[in-house]
Order: sequence, then C-alpha cells, then structure tokens
Amino acid sequence: MRIGLFVTCLGDTLFPEAPKATVTVLERLGHDVVFPRDQTCCGQLHQNSGYLDEARALARRFTAIFGDFDAVVSPSSSCVGAVRELSPEIAPRVFELSEFLVGQLGVEDVGAYFPHRVTYHPTCHSLRVVRVGAAPRRLLLAVRGLELVELPEADECCGFGGTFAVKNPDTSTAMLADKCRSVLATGAEVVTAVDGSCLMQIGGGLSRQRTGVGTMHLAEILAS
Amino acid sequence: MNEARDEILARTRAAIREGTPPDPLARAYRTTGVVDDPGRVALLGERLLDYRARVEHTTATALRDLLDEIARGDRIGVPRGLPETWRPANSVEDDGLSTHELDALDGVITGCTVAIAETGTLVLAGGEMEGRRALTLVPDVHICVVRTDQIVETVPEAFAALLGREHRPLTFVSGPSATSDIELERVEGVHGPRTLIVVIVKEAS
Amino acid sequence: MTSFPEAARIALGDSQLRHNLRNATTTIRDKRARVVAEVPDWDELREAGRAIKADVMRRLDEYLLQFEESVQAAGGQVHWARDGAEANAIVLDVARAHDVTEVVKVKSLTTDEIGLNEALAAGGVHAIETDFAELILQLDGDWPSHILVPAIHRNRSEIRDLFMRTIADGRELSDDPRELADTARLYLREKFLDAKVGVSGANFGIAETGTLVVVESEGNGRMCTTLPPVLVTVLGIEKLLPTFADLEVFLQLLPRSSTGERMNPYTSLWTGVTIGDGPQEFHVVLLDNGRTRVLSDQVGRQALHCIRCSACLNVCPVYRRTGGHAYGSVYPGPIGAILTPQLRGVANAKSLPYASSLCGACYEVCPVKIDIPSVLLHLRAQTEKDVAERIAMRSLARIFGNVRLYEWAQRLARAGEGPARRVPGPLASWTQTRDLKPFAKETFREWWSRERGA
Repeated sequence: MRIGLFVTCLGDTLFPEAPKATVTVLERLGHDVVFPRDQTCCGQLHQNSGYLDEARALARRFTAIFGDFDAVVSPSSSCVGAVRELSPEIAPRVFELSEFLVGQLGVEDVGAYFPHRVTYHPTCHSLRVVRVGAAPRRLLLAVRGLELVELPEADECCGFGGTFAVKNPDTSTAMLADKCRSVLATGAEVVTAVDGSCLMQIGGGLSRQRTGVGTMHLAEILAS
Repeated sequence: MNEARDEILARTRAAIREGTPPDPLARAYRTTGVVDDPGRVALLGERLLDYRARVEHTTATALRDLLDEIARGDRIGVPRGLPETWRPANSVEDDGLSTHELDALDGVITGCTVAIAETGTLVLAGGEMEGRRALTLVPDVHICVVRTDQIVETVPEAFAALLGREHRPLTFVSGPSATSDIELERVEGVHGPRTLIVVIVKEAS
Repeated sequence: MTSFPEAARIALGDSQLRHNLRNATTTIRDKRARVVAEVPDWDELREAGRAIKADVMRRLDEYLLQFEESVQAAGGQVHWARDGAEANAIVLDVARAHDVTEVVKVKSLTTDEIGLNEALAAGGVHAIETDFAELILQLDGDWPSHILVPAIHRNRSEIRDLFMRTIADGRELSDDPRELADTARLYLREKFLDAKVGVSGANFGIAETGTLVVVESEGNGRMCTTLPPVLVTVLGIEKLLPTFADLEVFLQLLPRSSTGERMNPYTSLWTGVTIGDGPQEFHVVLLDNGRTRVLSDQVGRQALHCIRCSACLNVCPVYRRTGGHAYGSVYPGPIGAILTPQLRGVANAKSLPYASSLCGACYEVCPVKIDIPSVLLHLRAQTEKDVAERIAMRSLARIFGNVRLYEWAQRLARAGEGPARRVPGPLASWTQTRDLKPFAKETFREWWSRERGA
C-alpha cells in the first residue's frame, strides 16, 4: 500500500513533532510512507475565511499531488474534513491517523509506552465532521503505562475555530478558559488530541496560566 | 393587496426556477406501535403522571361514582353531548356560556377523540362530548374521560385516527398548563387549567 | 448594527448573565438529549422533516396558492405582505375596524421581527404580550435573548421586583416561581376574558387544509386564539407544510428538540372559522419580508427550514457564553447567524457568519438537519472583506500555490520571529490571553530532507 503523508501547513511549520511521530508509528507497523514535497495547504484556511475561489484552486492542487496514493494519512482531523469536502474525488482514500490505524489497519496496540496521566480532548471536527468515534480512545487505552482520565464536558469546543480565534477573540478566550479549567480538573500531566491547531489553542492557554500541564498530539504519544 | 400577492408569488417563482427536482420523500419512521393493550394504557398513565396530571383508572360501571367523588358537588361544566351517566350532580351544561360564566365554573368534564400513550397526549376535536375550545380552557380543572379503545401508541396513529376531522378545531393537551420561564423551574398552571385529571375507563370486553 | 465581536465583549463581561445562561442551556440541552435518546426512529423523523421542508421550498408558489384557497374555503381571509410595514398595516387595520385600543398577543418571533407591537402602538393600539417571559420583558422594556426562554437572562428576584413595581397591585410577593406565575395569571385573565382582538404567529400552516398550528406551554396561545371574537395570525411564507399528516413528523420533532418534553402541554389547530367555537372572524397575513430573497439562494435556502426549536442555541459554545443580544436580531444563536444576514442582506450583518467556531454541534442537534456550518461558510464567501485582509489572503493563496514560495515564506517567518511572546498586528488579540507557539526550529520538510535525503 502506497501511503502518502499529508503533514498540513501548520504541522509542517508550527508543530512538526506530530507528522514526525506519524511517520514513526506507521513505519513501526511496517508501512512505507511517502512525503510528497509539493504539498502545502489543503484550502481549509481560505474556505473558512470566505475565499472560496482560492480554496478551490488549492484543493485542485491538493488532488493532483495526492491523487495517486492508495491512502493519504494526516495527523489532523480538521484538515481531513476539509479535504473530504473540497476534494471529493480522493475523499474516500483520505484518513485521519487514528481512524486509519483502527479502521483501516485494524490496529489498536501500536507498541507505545507512555507512563503518564493523560486526558483526551475530542476535537469538534474529529467528533462531528470526520467522526473518528472511539478510535483515539482505543489507541490510548492500549498504550502501556498510560493512565487515561476523563475530561469533563469533553465535547465542548476549545474556542480555536481557525479565524474565529482572531475575529472573535473575547468569545474564543472565554471558551478556552472553560476548557483549561476542565483540563486542570482532571489532574492530568498531558492533554492530547488529534488536531494540532486545537492543541495550540489549549496549550497557549495552559502555558499562559503557567499550569505545568503539557499538550501532546496523539501521534506523539503513540510514537513514544 | 393583489399587488403584494402577485409580487410575492412572482418573487417565489423566480427564486425556485432553478434547482433540482424534489427528492422522493422517505417516510421511514414508525407509523404503528408495538405495545399491547394493557401496556398502552399503562404507558399513557405513566406519561401523564410525568406531566403531573392526576390519573384515575376505573370501569364503565364505577365511572359515575368516581366522577361524583372528584366533582365533590362543585359546579362542573359539561358539553351538550356528554352522556347523563358522566354528569355529576351539580353539572352545568354549556349552552353558550359567556367567558365570564365559564370563568365562574369550578371545572369541566369532557371526553376526547384519541389519546397518545407515548407522549401522554389527549386530543380534543370539538365533538359532542368534547365541546367547544373555550369550555376546556377557561375553568381551572379539566377532567377528561378516556376510553381504553381510544388510546393509540404513537403520534402517527393519532393522525390516522383524526382523518376526516382535519377541519375541526383541535387541541392537543399533554398535562396541565405549565411554564418554565423563571430559571427553568417548571410551574404547573399559568393560563390553562391548573389541574388536569384523566379518568381512564376500561371497556367491558 | 453593532458588530458581533463588540456586542459579545459586553455580554461576556456580565457574569450573572453568563451564569444564568450556562445553567439554563445546560439544563435544556440535557433534557433534550434524554428524550431524543428514547425515540428509536429519531433519524428517520429528522430525514422526513428535512425532506418535507425541502419540498415546501421547491414548490412554495403552489403551496401558497393552495393554502390561500383552503383558508378562504373555510371562511378565513388571506392577506399578503411584502414586508413588515405592509403586515403591520394590515393588523392595525383589523384592530381599527373593531375599534379597539388593546389586543392580546401570543409570543411570535415573526411579529417581533417586523416590530408589530411598536407599529400598533404608533397607531394607538396596545399589544399585550401574554407569554409569561414576554410579559416580563414587555413590562421592563427589555427584549428577548433566547427563542424559547426569552427571559433566560433574568432571575427570580429580578422578576419579583419587576412585578411588584408593575402588576402586583401593591401586594407583597415572594420570589417563588409559583407565586410569580399566579400573579401573571391574575393580571392577564381579565384581559383574556374581555379581549376583542387576538394576534398570533403560528408554527405551521397546512396548505392542504388551511389549518394553522400554535405549539405552546402556558395556555396563553389557546386563550388568544380561542376567546377573542376576532383573530389575526401573521405567518412567514416558509412556515407552510403540504399536508395535515405532515404534522405527525413535526409534532414529534419540535417539542423534544425545543423544551426537551415528549410533547408540549398545548397544541392548537384551527381552520378558518368554526361556527359556535372560537373567533368568528379570522385573518391570516402571509409575510415575505426577505424570505423570497433567502429562497433564491440554493445553499442558504435551508435556513428557511427552521422550526424555531432553539436546540442549536443550547448546544452552541458561542451562544452559551454571549447570550442572544449579541446577535442583534430576534433570531439569535447559530440559526440567527445564518438567517439574519440572509433576511437583511449579508452586507447588513457581515460579522454574523463569523460568529461561530464551526464546531458543528448545531448541525448535529437540528431536527430538520440544517447544515448550519456549511451555510456559514457559504455566507462568509459573500461578505465583503477589508482590503488589508483581502491582500493578505490573496498573497497567502499565491504562497500556498507554489511550493518554492511556501518554503521561502517558512524560512522568512522563522527568521522574523522575535523573542517576544506577545506580538502586535492581527495576532495581538491571540497573544493577550494565550502564548503563541513559536515556529519550529526545523520544519517537517527540513527534517525529512535531512533524514531521508529527498
């Protein structure tokens, strides 16, 4: 199976740990991963900001770059959701990492060891757009040493929402404050999710409050 | 007037000129129930209690005594077609009472056309034993007699039973009047009857 | 109108409001979830609801004519109003024809939308709001903040004080909700018994039969539509349903989605005039007021499917924090964010399509499956952008369109990043409350080249 890795523009530039970990996990399971160098952005940023023509042009570009792979895997449910809508021709072959591991490869135990107390934030797009279901939780439960603690009001949005955080900073901050409070209530050392952008929001809030709680992408935990 | 009508219709037609034809309509929802007769009666009672209605079970022969007991000699309004045996001692027939006269009644006794078990709903359809709408609205206590053969399980079954009565004034009653406008705390009784008493009569089979 | 972010900032500063909202929306949301979970065919009902509404929109002209004919055949009078002013004038004319200075009115968003009460007042007719919450707001000169629980932002002691100032006739009141409800009952009862003209909206109008439907809890809807000898109902043209039997779908979807009850206490259905029962003169006003404009947009049109249940408000993380007033419209929350810009024109409400994090919770609970996030994106594409943003987004599109430019921009961004954790410019608002993640020392693609060589 030819697997194309879609790292996403934010993953490439701001949090390369997540795509790197994705490579580690997939290769550990014996798969070859290809990184098409021409990839940039899937078009989501422009679509969410109301620039549909630009979004469609970027989506066409994306389809051309990833069209030949048996599977395209990405550590971002939000970008996978956008690709499925903007590039319908390849939509059935594009997967978020956790759904690919559990749903396509049938793997739950990826051989990870992570002896920490962890809470999981189900991001909105993983929950309601890509519908990864229980896949991330099942992967986490199979990690040796990991203690998974329930996040109160888990399915509430963290307040990121792409341009929402910039255009509606006060509301976004109020949402973030509640999310940080929920995370702190769990006593977890690490909060994890399948979207780097949401983790950037939550991590930014936790760091500003000097809580000492870290953020890690699910892929990073699975690669440990 | 006709100018507005013509323009709205023209705008509507212009707006929908383009587009795909309507999808075939799928009615894949339940249209019949699965619960047996006693189960349906029990479900209706349970759902009405949830709304804090009072529920009484009786038989045709014991009905009159029960209604007398509930009425306690109060002035109770009744629609014209209510059978003699359903009328308590001090009943007042609605022969076109004024709203103030209705307001002076202590309560009202009526029948219903159909009752929906799943939602705890009584449907009044303005029939001989149900009377006009004001009669079951203004008095503070509504006593509604339901025969077990009038009880259906689901909402679609009730609509099937209402076929032919579409043009009548219909009132779906599910519990006493209520509001939750103050901090979402439910209070029974604002403008409609504050007390709803449902008497379920088992038919002789 | 004030932009959403500005209005939201004010609302967010009101901690009592945020507390009330959180409690109220959480309570209704949980109730809804419980009663929806017990319906085995919920998805089938939603799909039927969606399909019926889609059919109504595509054949609206036919259904409007059929409805008109049915109402007239049943002894009712049908009026058409292109906008709010025309509708208001029709209602005022009816009131004047009967020489009244007061009408009793049941809560209706449609009449709020067109400012009917104000128009009647200007014509010397006082419309008494009879819904408990609407009465509270009317007595206090306030306006609704929630579709279903309009006074969701008021607590019991505020209401007690208000009633003692206005309708309690000098009596001392406690803040017990029952006593407060009794006070309203007493005050309004005389109004109902003597009313000559009633005014209502309606949840549904049935094309096949000409039947109107009002779904409510308190009984004030029954009072207003039954006791006055004359009744006027204002109906948005999108509220039609093809057949009487279609109600079997919507009377299951609406109460559970709205109040979280299996059925609301009272639903009234009437068709024209019935001799000896209820109003003997009946008028219905069919209102456009921007609806045909919404209809002409094939994506945005689904906003007209809304049955005003307010489930989307209660699950919306934005609404739950800002409340309804920030939306600057009688239609708040996610549905308001797509309906208001379309009714008024996107240019007149351009911040609303952005008043969402696109979390999708609204779509999930919508009983008629309105894809609110998609419509929001569709409307964002129609908003006029400011010049600086447009230049930035076009440049970004060019950069994303060429991988060499993209790699160059990555290096430039990293080099330009200072040690500051709070930055100026468009990201300043971000860094006021959160730390900005620094650019990675090595991008993924640099790592890949170093490790894999290609």
